[in-house]
Amino acid sequence: MESDKGKAFRFGDDVDTDLIIAARYLNTSDPAVLASHCMEDADPSFAGKVRAGDVIVAGKNFGCGSSREHAPIAIKAAGVRCVIAKSFARIFFRNAFNMGLPILECPDADEIADGHEVEVDFDRGEIRNLTTGKVHQAMPIPPFMQELVAAGGLMAHVKKKLAESSPSC
Amino acid sequence: MGMTITEKILAAHAGKKRVVPGELITARVDVALGNDITAPIAIDEFTAIGAKCVFDRDRVVLVPDHFTPNKDILSAMQVKKVREFAKAQGLTHWYEGGEAGVEHVLLPEKGIVVPGDLVIGADSHTCTYGALGAFATGVGSTDLAAAMATGEVWLKVPETLKFVFHGKLAPWVEGKDLILHIIGDIGVDGALYMAMEFTGEAIEALSMAGRFTMANMAIEAGGKNGICTPDEKTREYVKNRALRKPVYYASDPDAAYARIIEYDAAKIEPTVAFPHLPENTRPISQVGDVTIHQAVIGSCTNGRIEDLRTAASVLKGRKAHPDVRLIVIPTTPAVYRQAMDEGLLATFLDAGAVIGPPTCGPCLGGHMGILAEGERAVATTNRNFVGRMGHPKSEVYLANPAVAAASAVAGKLAGPEDL
Repeated sequence: MESDKGKAFRFGDDVDTDLIIAARYLNTSDPAVLASHCMEDADPSFAGKVRAGDVIVAGKNFGCGSSREHAPIAIKAAGVRCVIAKSFARIFFRNAFNMGLPILECPDADEIADGHEVEVDFDRGEIRNLTTGKVHQAMPIPPFMQELVAAGGLMAHVKKKLAESSPSC
Repeated sequence: MGMTITEKILAAHAGKKRVVPGELITARVDVALGNDITAPIAIDEFTAIGAKCVFDRDRVVLVPDHFTPNKDILSAMQVKKVREFAKAQGLTHWYEGGEAGVEHVLLPEKGIVVPGDLVIGADSHTCTYGALGAFATGVGSTDLAAAMATGEVWLKVPETLKFVFHGKLAPWVEGKDLILHIIGDIGVDGALYMAMEFTGEAIEALSMAGRFTMANMAIEAGGKNGICTPDEKTREYVKNRALRKPVYYASDPDAAYARIIEYDAAKIEPTVAFPHLPENTRPISQVGDVTIHQAVIGSCTNGRIEDLRTAASVLKGRKAHPDVRLIVIPTTPAVYRQAMDEGLLATFLDAGAVIGPPTCGPCLGGHMGILAEGERAVATTNRNFVGRMGHPKSEVYLANPAVAAASAVAGKLAGPEDL
C-alpha cells in the first residue's frame, strides 16, 4: 500500500496551465527547469517552498487551458505527490494519467486548507487530513485509467501493442 | 434513438454501428498534429519505446508556429528537433519558414483536415476543425506520441450540449461574440468533457471563418470538441482544397442531448471578456472606460482573411491612438498574400500597425508583442489568463476584430459604432 503525508498548498478554482507553467518557459521540456517555475504566476514562492511529498489542493476545473504536458511535468518534478481538486480540465486529466502524476477528484477538497498536513492512501482513494482529523473519499479512478496506470502508463501499453503487431516501416 | 454528429463520427472511426456517451472507444485517427512546443516531448516518448516509423507519413502533421520565427536559442533547438524528426520520417506535411502558418488556420486551408475526420492534436485549440463537421480534440504530447506510433487514440464518448442560435445577428456581431456569449453563460467549465454542437439560423448565416472561431473556443468552456453541421458553405470551402474525400455527417432529429440551450442571436452585442477568465464577459455597451495600450489582431481564433477584412473596414482612413501599439498578424502565407492583394496591409500600415509574420506570437505571451507590468491589451485571441500575454500584472481583454480595431483607434475599449 502506497501511503505518505505532506503539506497542502492551496489554490482556487480554474487554475489554468499558464499559472502552472507560464508559456515563457516552454522553450524547454527539462523537468528540473520547469519545476523551478512551477505555479510561479499564482505564487512566486511556491517552487522554493514545496517539499517532496507535498500536495496541491484546488477547487474546480484544475488545469484548464493549454494542452501543454509541461504542466503536469512541472508539478511532478517539483516533488508534488499528487493534486487533489474538486474537478479537473479534461486534457490535464489525460496528461496526468499518461505521464504518471497522481490526481484525485474530491468533492470535499475545499475542506483542506493551506498548510494542512495530508496523508493520501491511493489504494483506498482516501485523503486523511491530519490537521482536522477528517477523512475525505476521492472519486474512484475509472477502471480503464487504473489499467493504464497498472500497465506503467500509456506508452508502456503502446510499446506492448507494437511488439505484438511488429510493424515495419 | 438517433445519434449526434459527434457520436456518428466516433462510431465510424471505432468500427462500430453506434456509440453511446460514457463508452470508452479506441478510434482510428485521420490526422495527428503537433507543434514546436508539444512535438518535442512526443518525439522523445515515441523514440523511448523504440517506435521506428509513424503510422502514416501523410497523416502525422507537424507545424512549428508558437515561438516561430524562433525567438531564442532554446526555441530554435526545439524546432530543430522537430524538423529532424519530420525529415527522417519523410512527413508530407511539415511546414516552416515562408510556408508555415498558425496550425489551426493552415490545416483547413490546405485541405489536410476534411469533414467527417477524427483529428487529435497536441494543442488545445485543435477543436477548431469541428467547424468543418469533423471531430477534433486537443490532447497532450504523450497521446500524440501514442497516435503517431499506432494511428489510434482512446476516447470517452462525450455527451453533447446543443446550442441553438435563433434569428439574425446584429451589426458587428460575429462568431467570436456568440462563443464568448456561451462561455459567459455556462462558464469556463460549463461544457467540461462534453461535445458542443452549434446550430440555428445564426450559425447557418456565419461564414466558415466565424464557425472556425466558435469551434476554436469550445475548449474555453472546457469542451472536448465543438462542432457545426456541414452545409453548402462547408462544401464550397473544401471543394478545391480537400486532400481526401470528405464524409458529411449530421445529427439525427431524435439524437439525445445532455441539454439544449437556446439564444436569440439578435439580442447579442459585440462581447468582451475581461481579465482573467474568458467567462468574465460584458456586452460592449457595458464595458465602461478601460484604457488600452496594445491591440492584437490575429491568432487561430481570429486571424483569417475575413477577420482582417473586418478590422481593415474599421481602420480605413483612421489611425491607431498614439498610445496604442496595434499589431496585426495574418495567420498563414495565403492569408498574408490575400491581405496584400486586397490592399488591407496598406490600410493597416496607414493606421500605424505593425504587421507580424504568421505566428502564435503574443497570443500565448511567446514573443512579438509582450506586455509590461500594468499594461492592458485588447486581443482577438482566445485566453485572458493571468500573465497570458506577458507580465503577470498585465491584462488581456478578448474581443472580435471590429472591436479590437475600434479600440485601437479610441485608445480604450470601444465598438466600431462608438468611433
